[in-house]
Amino acid sequence: MVERSRIIGGTFQVFCALACIVIIAMLAVILGNILIHGLGTISFKFLARAPEAGMTGGGIFPAIFGTFALVVLMTIAVIPLGVATAIYMHEYAPKRSRMVHLVRLAIQNLAGVPAIVFGLFGLGFFIEFVGRGVDQTFYGGKLVYGQPAIIWASLTLALLTMPTVVVATEEALRAIPQSYREVAYSLGATRWQMIRRVVLPQAVGGILTGGILAVSRGSGEVAPVMFTGAAYFLPELPTRLNNQFMELGYHVYVMTTQSPDVEATKPILYATVLVLLSLTFLLNFSAIMIRAQIRKRLRYGR
Amino acid sequence: MGASARSLQTAPHSQMAVSVRTEDLRVHVPGAEILKGISLEARKGEILSIIGPAGAGKTTFLRCLNRMAELDIDVKVSGKILVDGESIYDYDVALLRRQVGMVFSVPIPLPMTVYQNLTFGLRLASGTHGSYGDRVEKALRAAYLWDEMKDRLNEPARNLSGGQQQRLCLARTLALEPKVLLLDEPCSGLDPISTGRIEEALRRLKENLAIVLVTNNVKQAARASDRTAFFLFGELIEVDFIEKLFTTPRDPRTSDYISGRFG
Repeated sequence: MVERSRIIGGTFQVFCALACIVIIAMLAVILGNILIHGLGTISFKFLARAPEAGMTGGGIFPAIFGTFALVVLMTIAVIPLGVATAIYMHEYAPKRSRMVHLVRLAIQNLAGVPAIVFGLFGLGFFIEFVGRGVDQTFYGGKLVYGQPAIIWASLTLALLTMPTVVVATEEALRAIPQSYREVAYSLGATRWQMIRRVVLPQAVGGILTGGILAVSRGSGEVAPVMFTGAAYFLPELPTRLNNQFMELGYHVYVMTTQSPDVEATKPILYATVLVLLSLTFLLNFSAIMIRAQIRKRLRYGR
Repeated sequence: MGASARSLQTAPHSQMAVSVRTEDLRVHVPGAEILKGISLEARKGEILSIIGPAGAGKTTFLRCLNRMAELDIDVKVSGKILVDGESIYDYDVALLRRQVGMVFSVPIPLPMTVYQNLTFGLRLASGTHGSYGDRVEKALRAAYLWDEMKDRLNEPARNLSGGQQQRLCLARTLALEPKVLLLDEPCSGLDPISTGRIEEALRRLKENLAIVLVTNNVKQAARASDRTAFFLFGELIEVDFIEKLFTTPRDPRTSDYISGRFG
């Protein structure tokens, strides 16, 4: 009996270790493949110039800039919205409130909606409904906001990543001992003062972790932006909120499916994917650095 | 405690200012009555201790006095609660809680420095980062913590020992100069020396404010307070001076509890 259990145990351990190795190997193959094929094409010219010759030459700067701008705008939109939702649910709403239950259910469902549906929603809601409405009300029907634009793409992405921020923030709020809140109240804090002085400084790390996860998720998504603002080819950079823009993920998609010359596009494709991964990593890294800074400033005493 | 405390007990109570009083205080939660009509008062110049087995409603009673009880959902409080003759519901809640300070059973330093802990309530009240050096020193001295803390004000409060943390919490409450001080088993996790310091601090403090001390330790009630109230299953069984209550209690249940026969 003991012998048998030992064999099963040993097998199980080997199986678990193998599973880990498979994951590491897959990551190594993907990254290695991209590095080997893409590194050769990366040059200053590639990073700093617009695509040329039907995407078989030139660089990808407009896509780098567009992705960066998209993610920054998305973060500006999603953090306040997600954090406010979580704070309302956890700090303001009465416990066991039906409304909170409903909101939580909605958020869980939102997290399960496929990205392409968000894209269609953005097209239908932001562009057709909000954008058109704005045009009709403020621009006399002239086409200004009622078309794909970076603002609509970033708002669509913000909706997609909002569940991440809400869940991370709620997790952070839940981790704060109830006793801190009671102490703050007992010293004469109003609810707002309690939230501002005790809850937020403690939760800021978790909130920013949510932001980081949202950035990682948002910077790699193609489907939500392809109908809402990403351009097929656009050498000009977006300077206004209603401009279209190039996006790295979408650019990869376009080059893979629409290229006139597959062989000529291949090295560019690899290099673009490499840049996309690096940019995601960079955005992530800067968000982590910002979090470390804010933690240092706000969290005395640890 | 000695002579000074004894002389206070013999002083006629009608001459003392009543700082906090409840009349027929009842607390309901769905399906149960936690407090069944408590009428009790604590006067400036005395320490009123509350004893009783777990579930007697001691903590709930305390939490009613500074309106902390209503933070829990489904808790219904009825009856009169007066601080200095005025209903606590006529006060602004934040102001009330500054005037009726509370120390919890576990030391809960906020995750900031010692100084920031001490000035937390003051900063909330004034909205500024002004200089509170005098009030901080006074509060620390009153909590017998000044000598240990004067050079450690900018240290994280978490670095202090348990006993120091609890005295810091006491000082933090005192910095607001309350009229009434509520203590919920403040020494439950402390060693005898820290407990002694807190009791000593309370003895000095009662000159200026009314103190209500909930304790699970019958000996502490006999040692550190002037009057003791015995709670059982949400009822006030009896309240009397400690000499009376601990020697010749009126109710047999009281004598059973203080002699350790149940609870």
